[in-house]
Amino acid sequence: MSELQAEGAVATPAEPSYLKIEGLWKAFGDFIALREVSLDIARGEFICFLGPSGCGKTTLLRAIAGLDPQSRGTIRQGGRDISELPASQRDYGIVFQSYALFPNLTVERNIAFGLENTKRPKAEIAARVRELLALVGLPDQAKKYPAQLSGGQQQRIALARAIAINPGLLLLDEPLSALDAKVRVHLRHEIKELQRKLGVTTIMVTHDQEEALSMADRIVVMNHGVIEQIGTPTEIYRHPATLFVADFIGETNRIATTYSGGAVKLGDATLQTRETGLADGAAVTVAVRPEDVLPHAIGHEAATKPNHLPVRIVDMEFLGSYWRTHLASAALGGTPLVANFSMNAVRRLGLSAGAEMTVELPAERVLVFPQGDTRGGAHG
Amino acid sequence: MAEAAALPAGRTTRLKIDSDGWIKRAFMGVIALYLVAALALPLYAMLSKSFVTYGFDLSRYEFQVSDESGTVWGDPVTAAALNEALGKFAPEDLRSSSDGRLSAPDLFPDFSFRSPVKYRIRGTSDNAPYLVGLDLQNSTEWRELDSNTFRRVNLRPVTTTGLQNYQEYFSNPVLFSSIENSLFIASVSTVLTVLFAFGFAYAINRSCMPFKGAFRLIAMMPILVPSLLPGIALIYMFGNQGFLKGLLFGQTIYGPLGIVIGSVFFTFPHALIIISTALSISDQRQYEAAESLRASKWRTFWTVTIPGARYGLISAAFVTFTLVITDFGLPKVIGGQYNVLAIDIYKQVIGQQNFEMGAVVSVVLLIPAIVAFIVDRQVQKKQVSLLSARSVPYQPKPNRRFDMTMLAWCATMGVFIAGIIAVCQFAALINYWPYDLSFSLRNYDFNRMDGGGWAAYWNSLELAALTAVIGTAIIFTGAYMVEKIDGFKTGRAVFQFLAMLPMAIPGMVLGLAYIFFFNNPANPFHFIYGTMAILVVSTVTHFYTVGHLTALTALKQIDAEFEPVATSLRQPFWRLFARVTVPVCLPAILDISIYMFVNAMTTVSAVVFLYSTHTALASVAVLNMDDAGDIAPAAAMGMMIFYTNATARILHAFASRRILSRTQAWRVR
Repeated sequence: MSELQAEGAVATPAEPSYLKIEGLWKAFGDFIALREVSLDIARGEFICFLGPSGCGKTTLLRAIAGLDPQSRGTIRQGGRDISELPASQRDYGIVFQSYALFPNLTVERNIAFGLENTKRPKAEIAARVRELLALVGLPDQAKKYPAQLSGGQQQRIALARAIAINPGLLLLDEPLSALDAKVRVHLRHEIKELQRKLGVTTIMVTHDQEEALSMADRIVVMNHGVIEQIGTPTEIYRHPATLFVADFIGETNRIATTYSGGAVKLGDATLQTRETGLADGAAVTVAVRPEDVLPHAIGHEAATKPNHLPVRIVDMEFLGSYWRTHLASAALGGTPLVANFSMNAVRRLGLSAGAEMTVELPAERVLVFPQGDTRGGAHG
Repeated sequence: MAEAAALPAGRTTRLKIDSDGWIKRAFMGVIALYLVAALALPLYAMLSKSFVTYGFDLSRYEFQVSDESGTVWGDPVTAAALNEALGKFAPEDLRSSSDGRLSAPDLFPDFSFRSPVKYRIRGTSDNAPYLVGLDLQNSTEWRELDSNTFRRVNLRPVTTTGLQNYQEYFSNPVLFSSIENSLFIASVSTVLTVLFAFGFAYAINRSCMPFKGAFRLIAMMPILVPSLLPGIALIYMFGNQGFLKGLLFGQTIYGPLGIVIGSVFFTFPHALIIISTALSISDQRQYEAAESLRASKWRTFWTVTIPGARYGLISAAFVTFTLVITDFGLPKVIGGQYNVLAIDIYKQVIGQQNFEMGAVVSVVLLIPAIVAFIVDRQVQKKQVSLLSARSVPYQPKPNRRFDMTMLAWCATMGVFIAGIIAVCQFAALINYWPYDLSFSLRNYDFNRMDGGGWAAYWNSLELAALTAVIGTAIIFTGAYMVEKIDGFKTGRAVFQFLAMLPMAIPGMVLGLAYIFFFNNPANPFHFIYGTMAILVVSTVTHFYTVGHLTALTALKQIDAEFEPVATSLRQPFWRLFARVTVPVCLPAILDISIYMFVNAMTTVSAVVFLYSTHTALASVAVLNMDDAGDIAPAAAMGMMIFYTNATARILHAFASRRILSRTQAWRVR
């Protein structure tokens, strides 16, 4: 429980928000892409817009950038109403998935593009470019053309170009999606470091949950043009507000059943759950993450304890750091249960396919969502 | 979940327009205005002109005649009644042109200018113009005149709008036969050109014959000369004093035969480019599949090659058809008595000054051109979808017999094309064909002939240079606005339509439309009539579409996110345009400019109506010298155009390579 509380510490901004979005709607013809979106972002925060494609996350970013204005609603940045300002009068730097580096200009000319034409002395611009190149770890590449750099290097140049003008807001539109897996993980870390160093308020759009979980201070999960949940990565993961969030971030075992007196029936077994506030007899969907199915002991002796289930191991897949285990239980009827067992647990208990065992589903990890409505539910 | 909910009530947010937005809109407005003034309005003027007829409306005039004392007046009588009683003018006599005159005393058989009888005349409607001497009258007040003055009273025609011109056109068998002739010539030329060009393209893409590069160069030569030049060569070869006249077995080259041969010559490169592109994108794997299925060569040709190239063939056919049916220079030079539509426009306008009938023929000529244009656009769209990045290009394998057959075919076409140019060169250098065959440069002494002299050549050069520079700037900027401006959708769609329209408008039609529009003294742009400016405007407009499409293709390949990035860096759009867009598109820009230059040098059709004595052009001079019988100097002037365009092409290739290597270092990794 102490762990839960630490995770639950909500990072709601104490100071007045830097970016305040209120009642934002966006329609493309008959299609509603954003539906009453409201959001507060604190100065210096790293925010991720996360969701499947078509959920409205890019639409929201483009509205903030003034590239595609919202249909209704207001956006305030640093206390200034920017709802109707054209992109050129807003204050942000932007990085796209395609890098959008100017192919005919060298790396230093690319970075200097926003600095020239501002009556700054040449020497100052050159110094600033050198500083930025060092900042993104590419001090020797100034004279090269973008096509001569790797994808990861190009994206770092694009980043340097965007922050060259010291924008109040940094917008990243799927910046890592075009890169291969290893480079992506590396750059994730670098971008996060850079953001922390500069303290620039940052919004990143992504459909990659791992990216969002590892980089963001807070995540905005979106689906069908509405915000499903806003919270820290652990909040989102541990206390998903909706079944959609639970499903989209991480994996879940889902079982349909009814709720009654702080517990749900699973076949013969009864599972205590978190406090839900639901009425007795409500139809619900129970969701349990594979890593929350805890291996308790070999054999069925312990299965009489509350929240313990007797199961049989159908199949085990070795995935490096853990075993993905398919379980069958008479208590669950035909519904299979997927569990992730650590190497240590498997070795300690001597688990193998075909074995009979007991697993524990801790009450505080059993998520309950009312059926037919993905909103509301068991947020603790 | 996405419940069907609508936006809450309220005003839809609109971004304020920044200075960039205003500048972009202003730019696009200016170029759109250019297209409206240089294209839409002239065409409208021409179209409305084709419905205008002039005629004398006798019911609008009333006369009174006095007795010999000049004091006792008879009853007022309308001119129509007088004419009916007299049977003087039949209805067709009452048709007229804009400056027709009908003598009023003709309605009075007893009229004598010495008689003391007096006459009164008045209009019975608001518009009843008549002349007393040189004074134009238009009034319903009686005007009293003595006999001697009445002698000089002329009725003036009034305009009516309607379909009479069209009725007249379609009931005139001579004019109507031009439609048949035009369709016949265009169809035969199209079949031949597409067939020949397909063989040539097939040889270049699908065989291992030698000298492919040389053949490609030769095949492109006709683009560098005016379309009427092959006519001159054909006259030298097969004309009345032609050295190969015997080969015709008594047939005459002046007529359909000459037009078809010349048309094949000048349309060949256009068809070749299209078909060659279609053949070059075919997929090796289809042929390997056919071979593995043991299909015969013949079967493979009909089931793989032809279907793969079908869009190219259709497109080439329509382009060729349009080029031939709208061409004016060639039938003018070698058509003899054989009338085609483009010639009719010229004859009606220049020969008979019947502008209204010229407009009618123009509208008729517009129909096949627009149909061809629409079909071609549809086909082009499908062609693009055939391209796939994963296709494996076809690699021909050597096959001695096949390669030699292909070589023989290309050599035949090569001799034909190079031969035509060589004959012109020969004609230009011969002192006096066929009596004095010694060489001299006498025929290049253009100042001794009518047609504009050397000044015409320099004018052409000026026109070509101005067209290349101004045209490219307008076209590229316009294409940039269409492709890269955000919002403003309707405006951009209208602009795009206007930019595509010139391709469907034959040059003759455009030229005539310009007369109607710019020669109108009420037009604020009237001052450019008869100047170099109108020639530049008409040429830029005439060749607008191909340049526009080239620019669009280049711009589409540029990352759409450059603009938002530059905006976020708080840079004005023109800085991105100058520093990035233009440099990246430089190859395409150079292509547009050379295209404009070459076409400005060779075009005849639009400018033939628009040049004045001090803006005579080389291409028009070729036409006029040929008309005057100075065929050798005409050939010499044609060759001047050829040298110029060839030099421009070489310089262009050279400059492209230099600029590419200097400013496009980023292209190489």
